[in-house]
Amino acid sequence: MVTFKLNGETREVDADPNTPLLWIIRDDLGLTGTKYGCGIAQCGACTVHFEGAPVRSCSLPLAAAAGKNITTIEGLQSKAAQAVQKAWISMDVVQCGYCQSGQIMSAVALLEQNARPSDADIDGAMAGNICRCATYQRIRAAIHAASAELTA
Amino acid sequence: MMHMLDSASLAEWLPDDTDAADGATGFTRRGFLKSAAAAGFVLAVQLPLARKAFAAADVGIVPPGDFAPNAFIRIAPDNTVLFVIKHFEMGQGATTGLATILAEELDADWSQVRTEYAPANAALYGNPMVGGAQGTGGSTAIANSWMQMREAGATARAMLVAAAAQRWKVPADKLTVSKGVISGPGGKKASFGELADAAAKLPVPTEVALKDPKDFVLVGKTATRRLDSKAKSTGTAMFTIDVKLPGLLTAVIARPPAFGARLKSFDAKAAKAVKGVTDVVEVPEGVAVVATGMWPAMQGRKALKLDWDLSEAGPKSTEAMFADYKALAAKGGGVTVQRADDHAAQMKKAAKTIEAVYEFPYLAHAAMEPMNCVAWLHDGVLETWGGHQFPTFDHMLAAKAADLPMDKVTLHTLISGGSFGRRANSWSDFTVEAVHVAKAIKRPVPVRVQQTREDDMRGGLYRPQYVHAVKVGLGADQRPLAWQHTIVGQSIIAPTPLAGALIKDGVDETTVEGVWPTPYTLPSPDITLQSPTQAVRPLWWRSVGNTHTGFVMETMMDELAAAAGQDPLAFRLAMLKDQPRFAGVLKLAAEKAGWDQPLAKGKARGIAAQFSFHSYVAQVAEVSLTADGRPKVERVVVAVDCGVPVNPDQIVAQMEGGVGFALAAALYGEIEIENGTPKQGNFDSYRVLRINEMPKVEVHIVASGEAPTGVGEPGVPPLAPAVANALAKLTGQRVRRLPLSRTTFRLT
Ligand code: FES
Ligand code: FES
Repeated sequence: MVTFKLNGETREVDADPNTPLLWIIRDDLGLTGTKYGCGIAQCGACTVHFEGAPVRSCSLPLAAAAGKNITTIEGLQSKAAQAVQKAWISMDVVQCGYCQSGQIMSAVALLEQNARPSDADIDGAMAGNICRCATYQRIRAAIHAASAELTA
Repeated sequence: MMHMLDSASLAEWLPDDTDAADGATGFTRRGFLKSAAAAGFVLAVQLPLARKAFAAADVGIVPPGDFAPNAFIRIAPDNTVLFVIKHFEMGQGATTGLATILAEELDADWSQVRTEYAPANAALYGNPMVGGAQGTGGSTAIANSWMQMREAGATARAMLVAAAAQRWKVPADKLTVSKGVISGPGGKKASFGELADAAAKLPVPTEVALKDPKDFVLVGKTATRRLDSKAKSTGTAMFTIDVKLPGLLTAVIARPPAFGARLKSFDAKAAKAVKGVTDVVEVPEGVAVVATGMWPAMQGRKALKLDWDLSEAGPKSTEAMFADYKALAAKGGGVTVQRADDHAAQMKKAAKTIEAVYEFPYLAHAAMEPMNCVAWLHDGVLETWGGHQFPTFDHMLAAKAADLPMDKVTLHTLISGGSFGRRANSWSDFTVEAVHVAKAIKRPVPVRVQQTREDDMRGGLYRPQYVHAVKVGLGADQRPLAWQHTIVGQSIIAPTPLAGALIKDGVDETTVEGVWPTPYTLPSPDITLQSPTQAVRPLWWRSVGNTHTGFVMETMMDELAAAAGQDPLAFRLAMLKDQPRFAGVLKLAAEKAGWDQPLAKGKARGIAAQFSFHSYVAQVAEVSLTADGRPKVERVVVAVDCGVPVNPDQIVAQMEGGVGFALAAALYGEIEIENGTPKQGNFDSYRVLRINEMPKVEVHIVASGEAPTGVGEPGVPPLAPAVANALAKLTGQRVRRLPLSRTTFRLT
């Protein structure tokens, strides 16, 4: 039995402690905003916040989450998160949308650390998130827009 | 799939009535032709289904009081406007596009619009640009729906107006409609919802007036935004991987380790011992491990003991294939695509000749959501949930796999995490395998077959490998005199039901499109094609033949211009006769890119254009080199002429995405095969574009009143040749083989 906090709520899971957190969140706990894209920490579709830091949940065993705070896209609440989602929607960043939960989780984590990221900061924080629809130009623009709102 | 088909040729592939007597599919050639004629889909552009009566059963239950004047629109008394979308949404924006056109003619308020995806029913939701089958591909969604959606919207509007006129006892022409509200003299106002019940009782008019385009308020406006941005920005959008059903199980399949490998035997004991594994079953695709979730299914698969017969595994290697293809090209021969009688004589007269051989690798689509489908066999019926991009194929093949008549099979089409061609295929591979597993477990339980990234990437259905050999003779005046061109590579269309329509005299149009026909006036051509077969299934990949023909033609144009000592743009324009739209995008892209302006040292520009899917796109790429000799694409200026721009910001998005998708393939894309096994299996070995590599993309849309044409694919073809042309200018090195990662570039 492993206990951790998911989006502020305490959850107890009875599963193989080696199970990647991604599948615990999706299959055992039923939150499907977090996506599977590669399973080897290459694409970022599965990004969640682990004590506030972006991690690839496909490569994080359940055991590592014991006693920790995990946030998924469903649990986003911060000011930075609101600014990011607002910018994403108003700029129509998405195409297929499949990568976008992960993109947003990485972008929110970036802005929570650094409210005024440069293009190089954005490259550094977002290069782990693949978008096969190549919405990258809008992702960058939306991060800048969210940053402008946060620092206004 | 990008070409017009007639329904007769598609029907040819369908089972004969006598074959279908066993009731396997219930879908027959004669029945298909009959229903095609009944629905009038060959004529659908002129005589839209909007005016045809339809049975409520065909489109689900229409609640009493709802106004459903045709198969595309339902208006409820609570004032929701529901549009039934006949095209597949894979990110390209078809949902927003079709809704924009419907809402425009209906004069609905954009905020009241809701959408749902059409059930499988080719009679109501067929695509006349793919032979009347229900399907999305070839960048046809907007093109084939334009007049049909306009008439559907206008019909509903006319009936709502008539209902208001009756209620208020005023002539219809005294009423106006705007943002979902009908207004009449004396300040009378009614919402669509208030009039739904009354409108539903009126006859469907046979003639309706369409708007004058100058009165459009949604079409052509950047302010018309995507309908799915909120769901996709909050994690609430529902993909196939997210489907929840009572008792749903997850399966992964242990698949052949090489193309052509066959299962000899397997031992499931250890797999069955994995906690959470419920079933291990043999299916035609391999051995399926079914479990309560993805992880136990994957662990179970790992524990399987499998014995494969590899005696027929192939191809031996992709390098050997290149060698074979080059030998075939050098030997010449094959089928003639186009030949001028004076070709040999003209080539003899050439003052000089330019020759080049080009190599293109297999490419995986690598859509972000790996292939998957949910199948549920219960109570004598089959239901599936999936990315049914071609419902007509999927419906028929799912029914066949389940051994059920088609009317016992319901497809629930969901949005998908990309496709790029992968989800439209005439094997319906991921749908059929889900049905096989659902059947094999012999319980009425829903099961999702989920491919891992490796399953998806190593599963074939690739853009085929190609070799082109080109020889162009230039006259003393530096103009081309004769053009010899041989293409070697698998036919994408040969194994599909479209073969009858798209392969003429042995020539698969989709292999040669862009070489022949071409907007350029090719002097004295001699174009041939050889289409060997391989154990790897070929498939269309975003922009199909244009992915390689565009590269060859547009880099050769540049090379010829250089040989002639001419500006590449001017050289092209001189080879374009009566092609104002093609020349137009070339000139526009050049102008916006500052073609004539000098660039900083260490940077160069390249230009390329391609006509594909009835749209014209030109691109100018600005390229530099990294310290280790890798190309860095800094800026891409795009000019696109796609007729009436329905959703300008979505056209921009498709051009941006097309550039990024094409650049990924140009830089890194390559599937290599050894002894039948693809080397690349995930994003660590099959590298794709990341945000730091995305160029600045600027898109310019040509204002046009022509009928709208596609934008999903046409942004792709010009990118690689534009980049290669810039690299040639920068380094003097001509690119003959993709991806570019195979070459180290040096500044001259
Ligand atoms: S699924 Fe975790 S990084 Fe790709
Ligand atoms: S929006 Fe499709 S993968 Fe990013």
